[in-house]
Amino acid sequence: MNGVGAALERGKALIAEASSLADLRAAEAEAFGKKSGLAAITATLRDLEPEERRPLGRSLQQARAELEQLSALRRAELAAQEAVRQAGTERLDLSEAAGLFAAGHGPLAERLSPPIARGHAHLVTQVRDELEDIFLSMGFEVAEGPEVEDDWHNFEALNMPPHHPARGMFDTFYLKAGEPESVLLRTHTSPVQVRLMESRPPPIYAVVPGRCYRRDTPDARHLPVFHQFEALVVDEGITMGDLAGVLESFTSAFFGPGRHARLRPSFFPFTEPSAEFDVTCWVCGGTGCRTCSGSGWVELGGCGMVDPAVFEAVGIDAEKYTGFAWGFGIDRLAAARTGLADLRDLLDNDIRFLSQF
Amino acid sequence: MRAPLSWIRDFTPVVGAPEEIARTLSFLGLVVEGMEEVGPALPGVVVARVLATRPHPAADRIQLVDVDAGDGEALQICCGAFNMKAGDLVPLATLGTVMPSGLEIGRRKLRGEWSNGMLCSALELGLGPEGPAPAIFLLPPGAGAPGQVLADVLGFRQDVVFDLEVSPNRGDCLSVAGVARDLAAALGIPFSVPGPPHVVMADVDRPRIAVDGDAVGLCPRFTGTVIEGVEEAMVAPLVQWRLALAGMRPISPVVDVSNYVMIELGQPNHPYDLDRLEGRALHVRRARSGEEIVTLDGAVRRLSPTDCVIADGTGAGVGIGGIMGGEAAEISAGTTMVLLEAANFSPEAIAATGKRLGLNSEARARFERGVDIELAPRAIDRFVELLGPRVRRGPTADVRAASGPRPKVVLRTERANHVLGTSLSPGACADLISPLGFEVVALTPGEGQPAGGSFEVKVPTWRRDCDREVDLIEEIARMHGYDNIVRTLPERPIGGAGLTRYQAGRRLARQLMASSGADEAWTSTFMSEADLERAGLDSSVAVRLENPLDQSQGLLRTSLLAGLLQALRFNRERQAGAVSLFEVGNVFRQATPADPRGLVDGVLEWEQLGLVAVGDGVDATYALRAWQVLAEGSRVSGPAVVPLADVPAGAGGVAVAGSLHPGRRAGLVGGGQAIGVVGEVAPDIAERHDLRGRVALLLVDTAGLMGAAREGWQIRSVSRYPASDLDMAFAVGDEVTAAALETTLRQAAGEVAEVLALFDVWRDASLGEGRRSLNYRARLRAPDRTLTDQEVAEVRERAAAAALERHGAVLRRA
Repeated sequence: MNGVGAALERGKALIAEASSLADLRAAEAEAFGKKSGLAAITATLRDLEPEERRPLGRSLQQARAELEQLSALRRAELAAQEAVRQAGTERLDLSEAAGLFAAGHGPLAERLSPPIARGHAHLVTQVRDELEDIFLSMGFEVAEGPEVEDDWHNFEALNMPPHHPARGMFDTFYLKAGEPESVLLRTHTSPVQVRLMESRPPPIYAVVPGRCYRRDTPDARHLPVFHQFEALVVDEGITMGDLAGVLESFTSAFFGPGRHARLRPSFFPFTEPSAEFDVTCWVCGGTGCRTCSGSGWVELGGCGMVDPAVFEAVGIDAEKYTGFAWGFGIDRLAAARTGLADLRDLLDNDIRFLSQF
Repeated sequence: MRAPLSWIRDFTPVVGAPEEIARTLSFLGLVVEGMEEVGPALPGVVVARVLATRPHPAADRIQLVDVDAGDGEALQICCGAFNMKAGDLVPLATLGTVMPSGLEIGRRKLRGEWSNGMLCSALELGLGPEGPAPAIFLLPPGAGAPGQVLADVLGFRQDVVFDLEVSPNRGDCLSVAGVARDLAAALGIPFSVPGPPHVVMADVDRPRIAVDGDAVGLCPRFTGTVIEGVEEAMVAPLVQWRLALAGMRPISPVVDVSNYVMIELGQPNHPYDLDRLEGRALHVRRARSGEEIVTLDGAVRRLSPTDCVIADGTGAGVGIGGIMGGEAAEISAGTTMVLLEAANFSPEAIAATGKRLGLNSEARARFERGVDIELAPRAIDRFVELLGPRVRRGPTADVRAASGPRPKVVLRTERANHVLGTSLSPGACADLISPLGFEVVALTPGEGQPAGGSFEVKVPTWRRDCDREVDLIEEIARMHGYDNIVRTLPERPIGGAGLTRYQAGRRLARQLMASSGADEAWTSTFMSEADLERAGLDSSVAVRLENPLDQSQGLLRTSLLAGLLQALRFNRERQAGAVSLFEVGNVFRQATPADPRGLVDGVLEWEQLGLVAVGDGVDATYALRAWQVLAEGSRVSGPAVVPLADVPAGAGGVAVAGSLHPGRRAGLVGGGQAIGVVGEVAPDIAERHDLRGRVALLLVDTAGLMGAAREGWQIRSVSRYPASDLDMAFAVGDEVTAAALETTLRQAAGEVAEVLALFDVWRDASLGEGRRSLNYRARLRAPDRTLTDQEVAEVRERAAAAALERHGAVLRRA
């Protein structure tokens, strides 16, 4: 018992005396490490009778716990001291660096700085910019909105009242804010369309890029975080023929001449008539291959004429105005263009990947 | 929805290549996700007549059966079942036949006796489950002649099964008949659903059924019929065969017929064992709060008053209406009397209940999309018909809510053409939708009436998705063919203003970051508490997810820092050398009452630009240079590096001071805005991310950057007169920043200082502890004259005096 008491006292002293983190590590080893007095006593345990072993074991355990706790406290103290010390010794006046840099590259410089390596905008950014540019050149504007949305803008104004079965098409992330299930991460960029229509009367010619969220387990073709590119046109006299025509123009602008778009009936609560739109397979050019399951076409996104219920929700006269909307995934398009087989690769941010484009 | 072509052909005489049919279906919006060619069904299995049965001399678990397989000769088969007698018709798998299980039939000897084929059970034929005892599938007497191919006798044909994706609005197409109706309309061929016979026995009771007044909203119609003698049901093998093609396992005659009717007509239904139904009655009511029911899948379901319960005569629940039956009153092999339910439930209520319970079923899928309210009696008739002539049924009890007349919708041809961009005639519009069951009546133009070419359209009860004009316009478009709509471009010249200043500025910022050597990353929005704390960020202000994918993704990022540090670590772990990453993205935190009101209550969201770098020679100055490139390229007016304390915590978004090296950090301002922070990541935080060496960090509030005043476009003219360079070295304490001294010098020198730049910094003992020498060079030049030596000396004196006075900086004599 005395042995334990002495070892404990000695350990306490060692820890208290440690004046740096390095010191403390040494003190810990000596106080309760493998070669400490405590360890030596522990080693004798197995030769003892059980009735002696138990009380000694307990006091060893207590001593050890006490030392560890003291050591943790001391470590925090020393770390704080060291941070202050380091702040002093490593202090760097960044305005000094700013001045020197400006002089080295300014009119007083005697020599040119060497060329620097070029970095890279993200593949998804590049595709997004390219998509935006196509529509900017057609006279569209680019509209944006928040990623955290409310139920009204993400669902209700889009003709999906609570419990609407179509909500099942979107697995939604809800946030702990406001009423339960009232604040969410947008499942598409369509709420931006709602905000746009609420904010001003037609005509509206806009594309809506942005990050969206759906509660899908990541796999090669789906990520819970993804990027969408939607469009909204509202004006007098807009027809489904215009929808097909604009999609066709976009398809040949983005995928190249000889690539076409086609529409197939589908259903979305916020458009009617609704359609899926396919584009000529980018791998085989329409002759049929594995990517397009031999059909020559690849499904790109959904589209349709804005449902009158949506116009009503945002206060636009559905008799006077008609419009169309569509949406597709930017990531999928980027993956398709580059032959990226697994979207999950996008999540790693590996520079060998990022620096390719 | 798996729809066998042969089944579709029960309703419409569709012909043509399966690929063409699939294409037609897809262009109707019934997307064919897969197409499976089936058959020829059970080749090699023929009908045989049992001639005699004899005991096996050496085994008692098998017997010898002599059959006539068509040639009149007796063929000996060893068989493990004993349920046949002489004269029965049985299926015989002939030698060389490969069974659905993959078993190939060969001539073999069993305990010394030859078996020249195999007699088949229902399971072996793929037509049903294995019974309690081995049993050969017996054909109805006179079903066929020995030697005939079994599939021909049973009506199994070579077939194609279309796997269809049915959109949520088309509940009617979750049925073979519904699919056939659309297909027939598109192809312009006849379509009809044969009306099953309706033979009611006077001596079979009408069942007792009640629907509570407050449950009518959940269950607007409930019909029920008693069927007796179901133990004598004779269900055609075709029922099981088609169920198997449709992807459902055959279970028992009654259950199979129930499923068959649902798939064929789209009416979910539920047979109860009448003898096991307490009180021999059904009672539809709202669930009591907390009421529990054990569903057929064995799970205990906890209900709430928005759920519809089917209860027995004593009030005890026997099923969740429209979703799943319960274990009580379940059909069994011993059932003789069935109470058959065919009801209609509110789509909204079914969707809500199904979602809350996380319970999917074929019934739910149909009811939540909407089932034709008129379908129930027909489904019962069909059910009885399929059970065969020996069962007996009673009259149907029918409890239904008062419903208004069928919706009538006015359809204007002009409007249809206006929306679609077509030029269809009124007659063409009518012809397109009539085959779908829409009754179209032309309206006469007149006072208070729409213009010519308008119709009053009566919507069929199965098209619950159609109650507005635009719904009919979609039907016109679908039947006309989307491909036949001529492509046009909007007529109005679109006068776009291009990107907003903010958007253009953000694009430029990205280009500047990339052109200064950084690669753009895309890190996750989702973080764990540990991720944030590891990066020195306060997780208590983070917005929490109600239903994260997993607990390591339960928070929204409050800064790009944490994700970028993880990305750095990922690359360094893969032996990457120097890495410089940037990202532009939204970050979030809980809003406080002091915050300006955001677009969405309770959450503050803003955009941030972040850059991190690690590698040889990287330190805070790397991030600083990135900032200078960004500020200069963005033409921010008067960008400056200031003490961190001068930048409000909000500027970098959530306070990141704790993440920064205490001695190597600074704030960034410019154009009248606080813009961000720059420096190094605190060493302990870098270490926690396994990052060795200094980690440079730049965090910019994108809105601050874009909101900052810009340099004007007014050009500064260039003086033609020579310049005088003036070098000044000041001994100054470390507490004075170079920026502060430079500002003083600039003010003192006045407009003649064309350039004023720090070009050297050094320390030595002669200066004393805590002091360094800052050496500036000023290039002095006047726009209109050559400066005199006197003027240059005056600038020097003014500068020296101001530096001494404001900063205690001593001009050192050269």
